[in-house]
Amino acid sequence: MQRIVNDFTIRVATVNGSGSQSSNLVLTGALFRMGIPVAPKNVFPSNIEGLPTWYDMRVTSRGYACRTRDIDVLVALNAATWRDDVASVKPGGVIVHEATYPITEQTQRSDITYYAVPFAALAKEHFPNANLRKYLLNMIYVGILAELLGIDAVAVRASLEAQFSAKPKAMESNLAALTIGVDFAKANLLKNDPFSVEAIPGRNKNFLMMDGNRAAALGSVQGGCSVCAWYPITPSSSLCENFIALTERYRSDADTGMRNVGIVQAEDELAAAGIVFGAGWAGARAMTATSGPGLSLMAEYAGYAYFAEIPGVIFDVQRVGPSTGLPTRTLQGDVGFAYTLSHGDTKHIVLLPGTVREAYEDAMRAFDLAERLQTPVFVLLDLDLGMNTWMTEPFPYPTEPFDRGKVLSAEDLTKLESWGRYLDVDGDGIPYRTLPGTNHPNAGYFTRGTGHDEFARYSEKPEVWERNLDRLTRKHETARGLVTAPAIEETGNTVGIIAYGTTHHAVVEARDMLAADGIATDYLRVRALPLASAIADFIHRHDRVYVVEQNRDGQLFSILRTELPAHLVSRITSIRHYNGVPIDARAITEPLVAVERAPVVVAD
Amino acid sequence: MAEATVNIIGLSRDIYKGLPTTLCAGCGHNSITNHLIKALYEHGVEPHLLAKMSGIGCSSKTPAYFVDQAHGFNSLHGRMPSAATGAKLANRQLLVLGISGDGDTASIGLGQFSHMIRRNLDCTYLVENNGVYGLTKGQFSATADLGSTLKGGKANEFEMIDICGLALELGATFVARSFSGDGKQLVPLLQAAFSHKGTAILDIISPCVTFNDHEGSTKSYAHVKDHDVLLNVPDYILPGREVTVDYEPGSVQDVELDDGSHVLLRKIDRDYDARDRMAAVSLVHETRARGEFVTGLLYIESHTADLCEKERLPKKPLASLTEAETRISREDWDRLMATT
Repeated sequence: MQRIVNDFTIRVATVNGSGSQSSNLVLTGALFRMGIPVAPKNVFPSNIEGLPTWYDMRVTSRGYACRTRDIDVLVALNAATWRDDVASVKPGGVIVHEATYPITEQTQRSDITYYAVPFAALAKEHFPNANLRKYLLNMIYVGILAELLGIDAVAVRASLEAQFSAKPKAMESNLAALTIGVDFAKANLLKNDPFSVEAIPGRNKNFLMMDGNRAAALGSVQGGCSVCAWYPITPSSSLCENFIALTERYRSDADTGMRNVGIVQAEDELAAAGIVFGAGWAGARAMTATSGPGLSLMAEYAGYAYFAEIPGVIFDVQRVGPSTGLPTRTLQGDVGFAYTLSHGDTKHIVLLPGTVREAYEDAMRAFDLAERLQTPVFVLLDLDLGMNTWMTEPFPYPTEPFDRGKVLSAEDLTKLESWGRYLDVDGDGIPYRTLPGTNHPNAGYFTRGTGHDEFARYSEKPEVWERNLDRLTRKHETARGLVTAPAIEETGNTVGIIAYGTTHHAVVEARDMLAADGIATDYLRVRALPLASAIADFIHRHDRVYVVEQNRDGQLFSILRTELPAHLVSRITSIRHYNGVPIDARAITEPLVAVERAPVVVAD
Repeated sequence: MAEATVNIIGLSRDIYKGLPTTLCAGCGHNSITNHLIKALYEHGVEPHLLAKMSGIGCSSKTPAYFVDQAHGFNSLHGRMPSAATGAKLANRQLLVLGISGDGDTASIGLGQFSHMIRRNLDCTYLVENNGVYGLTKGQFSATADLGSTLKGGKANEFEMIDICGLALELGATFVARSFSGDGKQLVPLLQAAFSHKGTAILDIISPCVTFNDHEGSTKSYAHVKDHDVLLNVPDYILPGREVTVDYEPGSVQDVELDDGSHVLLRKIDRDYDARDRMAAVSLVHETRARGEFVTGLLYIESHTADLCEKERLPKKPLASLTEAETRISREDWDRLMATT
């Protein structure tokens, strides 16, 4: 039997609310500590208890971080999904299952190795407390897998200790459960499959594991955010919860109890947006985090802030829509919506982080861009980035001062005879502003969402309206040069790929697969809207460019078609994935190869 | 040459004026603006520390008509409380003055109005209440009384929302009702509201001369004058000033406000206690049942914790925090970024 080392995927199928998340984190942490690149994907239901949940842990020697369809090792602990779970395993795979699950015509496969484990009986025998039993049962499979796959005992122990560091009692009982699993496997299971792991000393030395929501929260703290208003919504809630915990810990004065942050759990997302822009108007760095349904409510204030020119940061951790959609599944579904959020002529700044480190950096940067450009800045994560745990290098400590943008102080005003709130003094479309509380008779101005001239006076004059909108267009052009440039990997190929956000990780693997198949590709990753001019240049240098994204309608593709020079439009082809689970490499390679290898029809 | 008249911070009354009104001649809102100018002047409010906030509607246009030097924020329909909350959090030194109407508050903005009160945001919140949508030309608002009629004769079939009753129910710490024509009562009420820490709600009946001043309306000048029942007449005494007026014992309730100022309530009903929320609730219900508008300071609770205190905010505006005051230190950062 050919051994398969460090290149396979484990799927744990359990019932939501059974505490399997702890077990899965212990397993992930143990693999990570062994120096093996690991990419977990949690596919969970919108439910507190009872519905099926799956946790995939992909280990790859190459460090791929995207999902794969190929499940090699299944831990089956959910009777309700037993039959489907068996079918999900790749030929040659392994199933560790509760011994009482029936092996019938539908669940008997000749291409699979089965390991039956009496999880329920073992738990009943060893854990008299029925309330704790269901949680501890899950730690047994950690022990089984550790023994079957050769996961280092020291790494498992360290991971377990890290997981339960705050609960010594739980630590003890979980360790006992783990040992039960190891002992059972040793005594009863005869290893008869090719899968194993081997430590790669030092491979993960400079890495840690983090989810994107925490990364964005860290970026918000370091970016100087001092007002946070939010309304809980999956999958964004942990962004604000992390921000609250971090500021409580690092922004509180131990002596006075005072906190350098204001946090409001608002009555809805529209109020959250109002608080953000009220704070931004008065000079604070403010943010909210939401998902698609919340973004819909924020449309009103987003348009106001665009037109009245007020800074603010909106994180959108995208989930599946339309409507309530699937709260716990992922999609890049709000790109088009966020870009033009609100009625009338509106165009926003949208940042598109693809990694947890970029979630941190874009979060921090968003506050500078919002104040520099005096406008809302949207940072679009998705559930996959926000809620899954990723390997990342440590984030660099910020060294740059804040960019507070064009703010006139009382001292500045004494040197000016007059000033106009919406006057384009510098030719970049960005006017100057003052903050309430500025002690100068000329500081005040009137902010409104209705027509206004350069001096913030109400106006219904057609030429004034048009002049203002044209200045906002100039400001948008200035933004084009300020937002993060696209990341380009190019070696002179004729085929190009364009992607953004978490789709990146599937593109990485897809490009390797394509190259092995004789299709070498160049790659451009869009990092922000408005589109940088480098994107059109990239398309210009390629014959065919595939725009890959996770939504049904090709939202970035549509923006490209609208904004690209006409002669480049025919060069781009849309590849889309939108079933709610993160995109995998085959979702890219299969349609791309189909086009590339299509027979060429030559007209007579 | 006679010295120019100035207020306690040395500013002339002209400083408190704004642009000419664009509302209808005779609109109650214009009277309220004039009373506001007087109150802000008398109170010695620093123009640069005043944040004039409003929603959408006739009432919400009025921040342009006073204290031209102050910053104004004419926000979205019914969404001013959230913007006011953000502004106050960003700079708690600001005196936040919110101006709304009955449509802005009792219909589209009912949610934000309620949650502003629930959080006890430190602000003065005026409802310029005329029972009708003016800018869209005369539809009923949610404060129109059951059975009152529109100009064309159509009767209102729905129960009204009582701003004061609702505010009391939601736990507001300052609830007053007044009439746009009664400057004597309104100016000291406004000053007391400025001195109050927490949400001060003022429901001011303000007749709409164009769409709601006819027979059949319960918010016309004639109807309000006929049905206005005085609860108390306040006198506002600035912090540090002595109370020099003599009152008959029991006829006055002296309430100390958060900034050390006092409001003396000359009582019409000697038994009424403006610190008794239940009494205020009963009074609102009873007078409404009789078709009366009871005016005065209905309820006050001083020395409560406002939102900024609950949030444990420092006196220094959050807006002016520096990198050093907001960033996690390098030492703590290295610990957070610890690798395996």
